[in-house]
Amino acid sequence: MFSFIAKRVGQSVLVLLITGLVAFSMFTFVGDPIDNMLGQERTMEDVERLRQQLGLDKPFVVQYVRFLEQAVQGNFGISYRQGRPVAEILLERAPATLELAAVSSIFAIVLGIGLGVFTAIRRDGVAAHVIMSASLIGVSLPTFLIGILLIYVFSVELGWFPSFGRGETVDIGGWSTGFLTVTGLKALVLPSITLGLYQMTLIMRLVRSEMLEVMRQDYIRFAKARGLSNRVINFRHALKNTMVPVITVIGLQLGSIIAFAIITETVFQWPGVGLLFINAIQFVDIPVMAAYLMLISVMFVAINLLVDILYAFIDPRLRGAA
Amino acid sequence: MSEPVLSIRNLTVEIPTRHGIFKPVEDVSYDIRPGEIRGVVGESGAGKSMTGNAIIGLLDPPARVSSGEVWLNGRRIDQLDAEEKRKIRGKEIAMIFQDPLTSLNPLYTVGEQLVETIQLHLGLSQSAAKERAIALLDRVRIPNPTERFDQYPHQFSGGMRQRVVIALALCSEPSVIVADEPTTALDVSVQAQVLDLIKELARERNVGVILVTHDMGVIADTTDQVTVMYSGKVVEQGATRQILGAPTHEYTKSLIAAVPRPQVKLHRFPQVSYGGRETTFKIEELSRNWDRSLSSESGTLLQVDGLTKRFLQKGALLPSRRRYFTAVDAVSFDIKDGEVFGLVGESGSGKSTVARMIATLMPIDAGEITFDGEKMSAMGASELARYRRQIQMIFQDPYSSLNPRMSVGDIVAEPLIHHKILSRAEVAPRVRELLDHVGLASDAHRKYPHEFSGGQRQRISIARALATQPRFLICDEPTSALDVSIQAQILNILKDLQEYLGLTMLFISHDLPVVRQMCDRVGVMRQGKLVEMQETSALFEAPKTAYTRELLDLMPRLDQLSEEEIAGLRAKG
Amino acid sequence: MRRFLNSDIFYAFRTSPVAMASAFVTVLLVLAAVFAPLIALTNPFDPASLNLMNGFTPPMEPNAFTGETFLLGTDDQGRDVYSTILYGMRISLFVGVAAVMFAMILGIFLGLLSGYFGGWTETIIMRAADVQLTFPSILVAMLIFGIAKGVTPVEYRDQMAIWVLILAIGLSDWVQFARVVRGATLVEKSKDYVAAARMIGRSPLTIMLRHILPNVLSPVLVIATISLALAIIAEATLSFLGVGAPPTQPSLGTLIRIGQGYLFSGEWWILFFPACTLLALALAVNLLGDWLRDALNPRLR
Repeated sequence: MFSFIAKRVGQSVLVLLITGLVAFSMFTFVGDPIDNMLGQERTMEDVERLRQQLGLDKPFVVQYVRFLEQAVQGNFGISYRQGRPVAEILLERAPATLELAAVSSIFAIVLGIGLGVFTAIRRDGVAAHVIMSASLIGVSLPTFLIGILLIYVFSVELGWFPSFGRGETVDIGGWSTGFLTVTGLKALVLPSITLGLYQMTLIMRLVRSEMLEVMRQDYIRFAKARGLSNRVINFRHALKNTMVPVITVIGLQLGSIIAFAIITETVFQWPGVGLLFINAIQFVDIPVMAAYLMLISVMFVAINLLVDILYAFIDPRLRGAA
Repeated sequence: MSEPVLSIRNLTVEIPTRHGIFKPVEDVSYDIRPGEIRGVVGESGAGKSMTGNAIIGLLDPPARVSSGEVWLNGRRIDQLDAEEKRKIRGKEIAMIFQDPLTSLNPLYTVGEQLVETIQLHLGLSQSAAKERAIALLDRVRIPNPTERFDQYPHQFSGGMRQRVVIALALCSEPSVIVADEPTTALDVSVQAQVLDLIKELARERNVGVILVTHDMGVIADTTDQVTVMYSGKVVEQGATRQILGAPTHEYTKSLIAAVPRPQVKLHRFPQVSYGGRETTFKIEELSRNWDRSLSSESGTLLQVDGLTKRFLQKGALLPSRRRYFTAVDAVSFDIKDGEVFGLVGESGSGKSTVARMIATLMPIDAGEITFDGEKMSAMGASELARYRRQIQMIFQDPYSSLNPRMSVGDIVAEPLIHHKILSRAEVAPRVRELLDHVGLASDAHRKYPHEFSGGQRQRISIARALATQPRFLICDEPTSALDVSIQAQILNILKDLQEYLGLTMLFISHDLPVVRQMCDRVGVMRQGKLVEMQETSALFEAPKTAYTRELLDLMPRLDQLSEEEIAGLRAKG
Repeated sequence: MRRFLNSDIFYAFRTSPVAMASAFVTVLLVLAAVFAPLIALTNPFDPASLNLMNGFTPPMEPNAFTGETFLLGTDDQGRDVYSTILYGMRISLFVGVAAVMFAMILGIFLGLLSGYFGGWTETIIMRAADVQLTFPSILVAMLIFGIAKGVTPVEYRDQMAIWVLILAIGLSDWVQFARVVRGATLVEKSKDYVAAARMIGRSPLTIMLRHILPNVLSPVLVIATISLALAIIAEATLSFLGVGAPPTQPSLGTLIRIGQGYLFSGEWWILFFPACTLLALALAVNLLGDWLRDALNPRLR
């Protein structure tokens, strides 16, 4: 068990080092940071001074280690476009994205697992067929179209929810939350559905197919032969075995919710890190891109690590192996 | 005689398919009395398992019982609704499946699964249920039951898991147990123990057992009554002793005749002629233009010396911390020109690994293989190609040894083309000739493997092996995936190869009676080591080691089988 | 061919209305995209054919100034929406198909290599795949797009955009193929027909291409179909976000981006028709992939 987790932590650190390298390479090879930081009017001395100041005259490896040192301290340099420290901008924007992601994740997981189990158990029922067909439309409908559709119906036509922004927010110790005001909560509804819908359909389809796969296993047949009731077979034996592979994928899905927030944030003009990132790409604002990449990878790695540990708790075979 | 606990009357199962209604079980009737074991025997697809599933209401849709009656303790149960049937399952009729590795839920402890079943059927308290569970584990002879109670299925060996499955079947004192090939996935020694346990429990608890199997040996050793099935129908049934000793139906007769016997060596195996299965192959015709000019000067064709193979068990960065498992441990033997050498042993004894090393499919860790005086370690690319032309292999599983996406013609042609033995134009007629000689129809080369049965595929495999005119043939369990009737056919071809073409063979099998029939000399392997090597008849009559004696004792006692059919086939010598 | 017509898969196809309908829609849309120059009424990218006066004409209504009527209306610059959709679909499909081909070839190659050889080859390839899989493909595609944008000189950016898109989507998607091919290769490799080919003395390359590859193609086909739908959606999403096809070469996503601005002021058709086309295309391909997966995997039925 311990060596299993230690191995996973080691792998996570490796992933972070690799993404760090990608992020750092972006700095080094994409565009000239000197060009970006100094305007047209510059002297050779300015260039040389900045070059030394940024350590650009040092070997690649030294620069990379320096970059990592800075990154660990939360220092990602200064945004080319806004001229402010990247870390500051990210911190300002992060609560909006995290709150949106949290609400959508809960929505996606609860409904996804629920509907997945339902459609697997009632695989031949009318309701299950309707849900499955609808889910295929859900998978085929790009997120941004879902957003536009929801805005058109619920904001423009019905006027129930705002079409953009976070509503009023309350600042608690540097964290601006939308959970405490009515407009803030209302503003969360449409973006959360938009963001969560696609993940929900994926989770639902996965849970369904995994559960059907489990239902074909011999131990389920044997459980039936032992005379266990359908309820016990479905919820005690099949569900637990279904969750083993599903948990990994749900972990990945939660990670991607933060990345997919880019689209939702664009459609709803939601002031989070995703919107920041998309603007950074359009203006080739490398420090922001790199910092966002690092931030996302830290989150993914953390989620995956949690999932792996959870996995070991569910599956006794893993516990025994270590 | 006591009243039957379970009676099946005219049971028919139907499966609607694209090509019409298929009846895997048709008009089957039999009774099971308390304490009695009824064997249901037949080849794959005969409908024996389907009958068992139909009785306890576990047929997978679209299969359904279309007519017939099932009576349990005087109550008709085939027409009950799903919920009523569920209440009977496990409580009154229990079931044991073939594969103990997949029958238990991997995420719950053995104890949890037992307690769950006991509480469901007997409504005991948690502690009473646990007590009973431990008693049951003890009864099926699992050592340290109190400790084992809290362990997960993956911590048990295959045989131990099957015992747990039996314990689960006994939870609520059922009156009938349906055991579907309960020992097929187990090793011979474990198989015997599990069968003994079932026999014992049936007597002790007065349970009726339906034992579904394809193995005549299991039938002869274990059952009181037997039902012989052929393509969904019962062809003959009655007391085991009588059916085996004096079969009346043609199919039963040929089935019994086809069972290999350890006592006598036959010249050829009797073939099952029932149902138009007979095939003719003409190996003797092959011998006309077979190149037999090569023969080793010393008389020894293959020499294996100190052959060793280790597998990495636990990887580590430091070589000193890596752990290895020695699959083949310093094995040495010689095979003479024209001889058939057998290697026997249980699964995991390393016999297939030896074959794979000789076949160049696996690198050798230590030791040397010498073929016709040439050391394998000294072979360059061209010598190795020449070596590969002269050795060929027949694999165990006829379903995976042929590429499903290649036509049979292309499969047989591949070695001819690769070794540039014939010109492009000569290849096609040669391939057809080869297929014809192993008894396949003239259009076989155009078809794909899935259009053939297991036995036919094995013959395609033989045709491919013969294409390069090899001198040495490795047969790795060539018949263990086949039904007994098909097995006879394949073994006869192999005997012909030996007789007409003078092929030298390495014959690997776990089936001692088959080895008795096929081999001149036999080596016995155990845990990677060659423990004994003798002339076949000497080995069977006077084994030198205790292990070989043990293996021989585990062979099914077939003395009650009718000898009539095979009387004329005894070897002359 | 007769073998195909008699096969179970073709039988399953003929008896599935959903499969036939989705195949029909897919083929229809692909043909429309391929023959766009022949069936479009105007070439929307030829400035000579444009008349700004025709801007914002609703579908099937004559324009207030010029009196011209358009089947699906016109956009802000007076381009015929019907024609822009045909040309837009051409780009969407081209990017989608090219990206999937790229991902497929790369994935099959790396999957076969790692499955067949194992060892270090496998460790390196599959670890790389794992790292990439940690990030959603749309993010990877955006990053690649962003980096490529950074390294291409400004004057070539629009020209290169389509190729960068293909590279970005393709590179973000190879992992799926590699994992599936590797898994299938591992299974096939352990089968005896591969042992038989090795005994004959066939080279690893021959065994991989001639023996293993044909046997791992059916899952690849399923993934390719589903990936195509995903790639079309990914391209539309990137273009919608303004990091994809440029306005000079608009794909369906770019058209929706343009149309979004006019939705709330009442000019719904500029967004509505491209969106419907995109949905129809993605849905038809998805349905086809979904059906194919069930049909090729008899265990699931």
